[in-house]
Formats: sequence, structure tokens, C-alpha cells
Amino acid sequence: METAYLIETVIKIVAILLIFSALAGIGTYFERKVLAFMQRRLGPVYVGPFGLLQVAADGIKLFTKEDIVPTNVVGRIFKIAPVITAATAFMAAAAIPFLPSFTLFGYEVHPIVADINIGILYILGIMGVGLYGPLLAGMASANKFSLLSAARGAAVFISYEVITGLSLLAPIMMVGSLSLIDFNEYQAGGITDWIVWSQPVAFILFWIAAFAETGRTPFHLIANDHEIIDGFGTEYSGMRWGLFFIGEYANMFFISFVLALIFLGGYGDGSFLGALGLLVKAAFFFFFFLWTRAAWPDVRPDQLMWLCWKVLMPIAVINILVTAIVMM
Amino acid sequence: MFEAVAFYLFAFLTISMFYIAVTTSQALYAISSLAAGMIFISAFFFILGADFLGAIQIVVYSGAVMALYAFGMMFFDTTRDVKEKHGNKVIVIGLSIISAVLIVLIVGAPIVGSNIEALYPITEGAGNTQEVGMVLFTKYLVPFEVAAVMLLVAMISGIVLAGKKMDLSLTLMNEQEILKMREEDKTKKVLS
Repeated sequence: METAYLIETVIKIVAILLIFSALAGIGTYFERKVLAFMQRRLGPVYVGPFGLLQVAADGIKLFTKEDIVPTNVVGRIFKIAPVITAATAFMAAAAIPFLPSFTLFGYEVHPIVADINIGILYILGIMGVGLYGPLLAGMASANKFSLLSAARGAAVFISYEVITGLSLLAPIMMVGSLSLIDFNEYQAGGITDWIVWSQPVAFILFWIAAFAETGRTPFHLIANDHEIIDGFGTEYSGMRWGLFFIGEYANMFFISFVLALIFLGGYGDGSFLGALGLLVKAAFFFFFFLWTRAAWPDVRPDQLMWLCWKVLMPIAVINILVTAIVMM
Repeated sequence: MFEAVAFYLFAFLTISMFYIAVTTSQALYAISSLAAGMIFISAFFFILGADFLGAIQIVVYSGAVMALYAFGMMFFDTTRDVKEKHGNKVIVIGLSIISAVLIVLIVGAPIVGSNIEALYPITEGAGNTQEVGMVLFTKYLVPFEVAAVMLLVAMISGIVLAGKKMDLSLTLMNEQEILKMREEDKTKKVLS
């Protein structure tokens, strides 16, 4: 029993690592293609059919590029920062059920690494730890722009943690559990049971906060494009920078799954169609990240703080109060 | 078996992280290893089956240490070593050993002396989170509320201290108004 469990867990972990590292690469291809389509460009076309092998070319470049650690940086912290981003992104995936449980060769597989009964809290906590990556990278880089970007990153994440927490509290109160599987069971009855109908405000708030948590475009302040350079990643080269990239894209995929699982019914009753539905929903949320990037400019840091503390937080608190009153 | 391996692994990691936090003279090393140690402590909660407390440990301390980083960013150049004043080493080491022993005695003596038992045995069918909620809102309701009020007081005083010119926005003011405001500030400082 114990050996079987051990082997199963290791296989799951390896599968998630491989699939989502690869998806991060393919995600960049989709991002370029989608952005190019929306901005009437072609995007990558030269390498392979439809530019599909661009991913491989980027991979070869990142892996073989010289790994430079500049003088004056705080060496160990500088080296460990990208690992923190990538590792925490994948650690958060441990509590996400990616598919309903299915039977393979007479052995029941649960596609979740650890069904701890506080899944959501764990995911949010670990994603919060993930922001140590940009912060440490910026602080250790001995570069003024990196330091500024680290400061912005710390401010954004500290504020938007509040929004994610508060917006999720209302659905958690309704379901009465913190496990994503329980969330899924609660909405298993079909489209009418989805939490998004009863908690639209929480859904929108969490969605907005997801952009800040993953550092995507309207809130892409940690790597401020207006400074022409890449914020906390300025001093990084090669695969160290690539790890930040993988972490960011993995986070986008995982938060898309979490959004679909919490608000849009997840995999429903667990049939094949339901599983397909979960993948489609997660893919839509991922696409929406790219769509927003093409459609919206970045907001200023002060506007971001204004939005967080003066608009979103009061709405989230009122939403919790209303939910509590209705439930009583 | 797994539990023992995990316990010794995380015990070693936690202690070595806190050791680095105390001994290093590089501010970034100190804060980072403090954060790492705090997060590794959550592993003990997970091993003991207290999932909720473990997750809370991660959430709370990652946020708290983040604030420390912000202070570090404001006060030092964190890429340089901090010059520490080392006084009499014998006194420092002696005092820390004595205080460590005292803390162990203070915490350990009642446990050994009166054989403390769990007053609130596990309720059947209730999860970890519900257990914490039940105890918090029955037996420990008053301390819980007092802590909440204290945090509220701290929050209000923080806002009052930080919010001196919150009605002014530098983005909405033009150059002259900003310069005028700075001049006024200077005269005020001279007078007071």
C-alpha cells in the first residue's frame, strides 16, 4: 500500500512538472500568436511549420546562453531567487485537482497530488511565497531599477493578497470547506449550480486579483515595461531568467484552473465531458490573460493601490457581509 | 517512517536557517533565511495533521517577513554587509544561553509538572478548520475579541500616523502647488 502510494505520488509529481513546464513553453508561443493576431502582425513564422518550433529554439537559446552572475550582486540570493518563483508555482499545484478521478488498468487514479482539506488556503499561501522570487531578485541584483521593481512588487502583492483572501471568503462560507474537491462537489449539479451565479462579485474580484498575483498586464508593474528594461529580471541571463518565465506561466495556468474550479463548476460530475469542460474553462482563462495584455495598457502604481484599497477591498468586505446576512 | 524522515529533515532545515539568520552579517541573507525558517516550521504542523495552522503559518509569516524586506529596503543598502558592533562576547553568549534555558523551563515546567491533557478532544467528523473555529468561538472567545480590538486600534493609529496629507495627491497637483507645499513644510519644520 505504502509503496504503491509512494510510486503513484512520484509519478503524479513528475507528470505535473513535465506537462506544465512544457505548457509554459507552448504558452509563450500562444501568447505571441494571439498578440500578433490582435495587433495585425504575423508573430513567429520562420522556425518550423507556423513557427511552432520557435519554442524549441527559445529553449535551446535559454539553456545554452552563458550564465552571468554580475559582480556586486548578493550571490546566493541572486541564484536562488528564480528557483523560488518556479518551485513555489509548482508546489501550489499539489492541491489542485486537474481532472476527475479515473480508472487506468483497474487502478483508480486521483489526479491531485495531495488532497489536503485546506487546499485553497495552501494554494494562496504558496502563491504568496512565490512573490519572494521577484522581490529577492530585485533586492539582490545591485541595480536601482531592479530594486524599484522589487519595491513595487512587494507593494502590489501585499495589497492584492488581501483581495484574493477576502473575495474567496464568501464562496468558502457557502461551501463550508476549503478543499477544491468539495468546491467541485458543491457545483456538480450542472451549470445552474455554479458559484459564479450566486457570487458574481467575488468572481470578478478574484479574477482581477489573479492578474495582480500573476503579475500580468494591467498590473504588470513588477517588471515595468515603461522603463524599457525587465524590472527584477534585468541582471539575469539564460536559464535563470527562464525559470522566472516558467514560474510566471505555470502560475497563470494554475490560477486559471483554480478560477474554473472555484467559480465555474470545475469538472462537474466527473464524466469525460466534465473533464473536457474543465480544460476548456482553464484554457479560456489563460486566453483571457493574453487578450487583456493585447487590449489594456498598464496602470500606474498609485492607481493600482487606489483600486485595491479604495475600490476592491470595500466591495469585497460588503460582499462578505451580504453573503453572511443572506446565509443566516 | 516518512514522518520521521520529514521531521528530521525539516528540523535540520529550520535550525540551520535560523542559525544563518542569527550569525550572518548580510541583511538579505538574514531576512531570507528567517523567511525560509518560518515557512519550514509549517511543515511540523502538516506532519502533526494540523493542516489549517500550517497553511496559516505560511500565509501570515510570508506576509510579515515581506514587510521586514520593505524596511530593509528603506534603511540599508541590502547588498552590502552590515557592520555589527560586537561587545563582550562572553556576556552575549552567556546571556543568550541563560535566556534559552529559562524559556525552555518556563514553557516546559507546567507540561511536566501537571501532565497537561488536551481539554478539547477531537470532535468526530469535524475537519481541522472547524476544530479551530469551535475552540476559538467558544472557550477562547474573549481573548480572540480582545486581540481583534487591539489590532483595530493598531490599524487606526497606523492610518492616523501615516495619513497626514492623504487628501493631497501629487499626481493631481501642478508644479507650483507642489513647490509651494514643500516651502510651507520647510517653514513649519523650522518653527517647530
